[in-house]
Amino acid sequence: MNAIWIAIFGAVCFVMGYRFYSKFIAERIYRLDPDFQTPAHTYQDGVDYVPTNKWILWGHHFTSVAGAAPIVGPAIAIYWGWLPAILWVVLGTVFAAGVHDFGAVVLSNRHKGHSVGTLANKLIGQRAKLLFLFIILILVLMLNAVFAWVIANLFITFPASVLSVLIQIPLAVWIGYRVYRHSGSMLLPSVIALVVMYATALLASEVPILQFDLVSWFGGTDTAVAGGFNATSMAFLVWIVVLMAYVYIASTLPVWKLLQPRDYINSHQLVVGLALLYLGLFFGAPEMTAPSVNGEAEVSWYPLLFITIACGAISGFHGLVASGTTSKQIDKETDARMIGYGGALGEGMLALIAIIAVGTLFASSADFTATYSSFTAAGSNGLGSFVKGAGQLIGNLGIPEHMGSTLVAVIVVSFAATTLDTAIRLMRYIIAELGTEYGMPVIARKHVATSIAVIASAALVILPEGPKGFGSGGYLLWPLFGTSNQLLAGITLMLVSVWLKRQGRPVVFTLVPMLFLLVMTLWAMGQQVIFTWSGFGDADRNLLLFTFGSLILVFALWILLEASRSFRQGPTASQESLSSDESR
Amino acid sequence: MSRADDDNAAPAGWRSRLKQIIEGYDAVLSLQHRREIARELQDEEDLFMLLCFCDMMGIPNPVGDMTLELYPYMLDRFHEWHQRQGMPRSPLDGFRCC
Repeated sequence: MNAIWIAIFGAVCFVMGYRFYSKFIAERIYRLDPDFQTPAHTYQDGVDYVPTNKWILWGHHFTSVAGAAPIVGPAIAIYWGWLPAILWVVLGTVFAAGVHDFGAVVLSNRHKGHSVGTLANKLIGQRAKLLFLFIILILVLMLNAVFAWVIANLFITFPASVLSVLIQIPLAVWIGYRVYRHSGSMLLPSVIALVVMYATALLASEVPILQFDLVSWFGGTDTAVAGGFNATSMAFLVWIVVLMAYVYIASTLPVWKLLQPRDYINSHQLVVGLALLYLGLFFGAPEMTAPSVNGEAEVSWYPLLFITIACGAISGFHGLVASGTTSKQIDKETDARMIGYGGALGEGMLALIAIIAVGTLFASSADFTATYSSFTAAGSNGLGSFVKGAGQLIGNLGIPEHMGSTLVAVIVVSFAATTLDTAIRLMRYIIAELGTEYGMPVIARKHVATSIAVIASAALVILPEGPKGFGSGGYLLWPLFGTSNQLLAGITLMLVSVWLKRQGRPVVFTLVPMLFLLVMTLWAMGQQVIFTWSGFGDADRNLLLFTFGSLILVFALWILLEASRSFRQGPTASQESLSSDESR
Repeated sequence: MSRADDDNAAPAGWRSRLKQIIEGYDAVLSLQHRREIARELQDEEDLFMLLCFCDMMGIPNPVGDMTLELYPYMLDRFHEWHQRQGMPRSPLDGFRCC
């Protein structure tokens, strides 16, 4: 099948979903009121609460939620064939992600712009707040470990991308200082930075001396280096240590010095990357060479598909962004539809092109089967396949494929590095909050909390042993990351459902996606924990994954119990206060 | 309108449309950055206000005589500051901005 038809199918479903389903949700379920005074107007302070044009806010929301995760998940999930992956991305985005992101914006907008965590505390109680904190803690821990592996893996597979990514750091600091000290627009300096980065990437693709190929420096793939590490394993170790040292410094700096300007450059990269990939698709019109359904898959697609693709179909992280910043800038309540639902559709388009890039990479179905020979191989090779497939798509525009792959590797690493920085920062805040909550002020200190976050993340990414030794097995954590992300989405949908029920409105449109997510999460985690990681039967025991999987399983059950309790009970005192918040 | 006027109007329309698109794109990307810059500047402003008014809050101010001269110029900023600190009315008897 020609891949263009898949892109058109996805786009048509998304347009129909926006045109009809989101309209129905907006009018009948969330009942948006154009006259409702939004928090951006009520609490306008020029910093957090600022009424913002809906197009600008949509763009901002989309660039905040889109990153490397909607690329990695689909690149692994194509193991079951492209059809299940496409269907989950399209249906998940239209019926779950759109409703979830949209609901998070509306719920927060109706409650002074409070974040999901605060709303969980108010709506359900202190237990829910702690549950929420622990789930976010696990989510960001997994995120740090997985993304550190993503970056190390791409640096090893595409060493020409390293120099360009390193150059981005001083360029971002320069832009940050320039704007902070002298004001002015970031547009021109960031475009210059982007040109310098891409020129470096293209040059490094052609000049081997500019490539940081650690595996070659250590003597080649199978060379034993020291302490039982081979060259690849040692390269993973070195990159992970370097990344963690970098992220320690980056996450303790003020955000305007590095994080924000780098984010700005990355937003260009998102636009450039999406444009190049879709243009490459339409100019090249490649065939999908991967099978539509992989009949040779030894692991069943259900329920694992639903936690392998989290971002791109539905993601709890979006609820944090929607309620944390976006809802405070909504000009009119009716804008929430375009910003929340439309933002989810944007991420769906990114996930779609990721599936198409991998699905069109291979010369034949047999090549696909050789690369995706098992679910473990899919985890290990998925990201590399996306980068090569994307390079091939960009090749249709006249850019040599190896250069295209280097550019795509730079883009994915840049996304992952920014996410890593943000996640370590977030983890630091949560550790500090938990320290304060439990009377341990020492761990609330900036450098102590950051050290705990960095050491825990480094240990987690180094410990899982992949086929290439220690440090190369970070992808094994991907299902855990997907599960914790889905749990977070489940909490947000639960809060929206409780709010709708108290308003006397239908809850089926939020409750069904929530139950679907929680059942699939429980099923997938139960299956992995009991039959794969516990050592049951012939499987090898993996204590690390077993422990984390069990923890997540307990949290998922806890959420289900909390949800059923909230639905059975009438509003508590705190819920009453929430109600009064809304009736302002 | 002549043909020449039409030809001039079209490029001008294009230019202004392009300018609008670039400005909108810049606004999308810089929204978060501007917020962080505004927060940093606000923190600096808050610290400056505290240094100027610390003697009126019971903290000794060695340069109180000099900062006193700044007060008339700071009326509006003082009003915004005390509201930002969660005080709807001026906390100082001798400095009534609202």
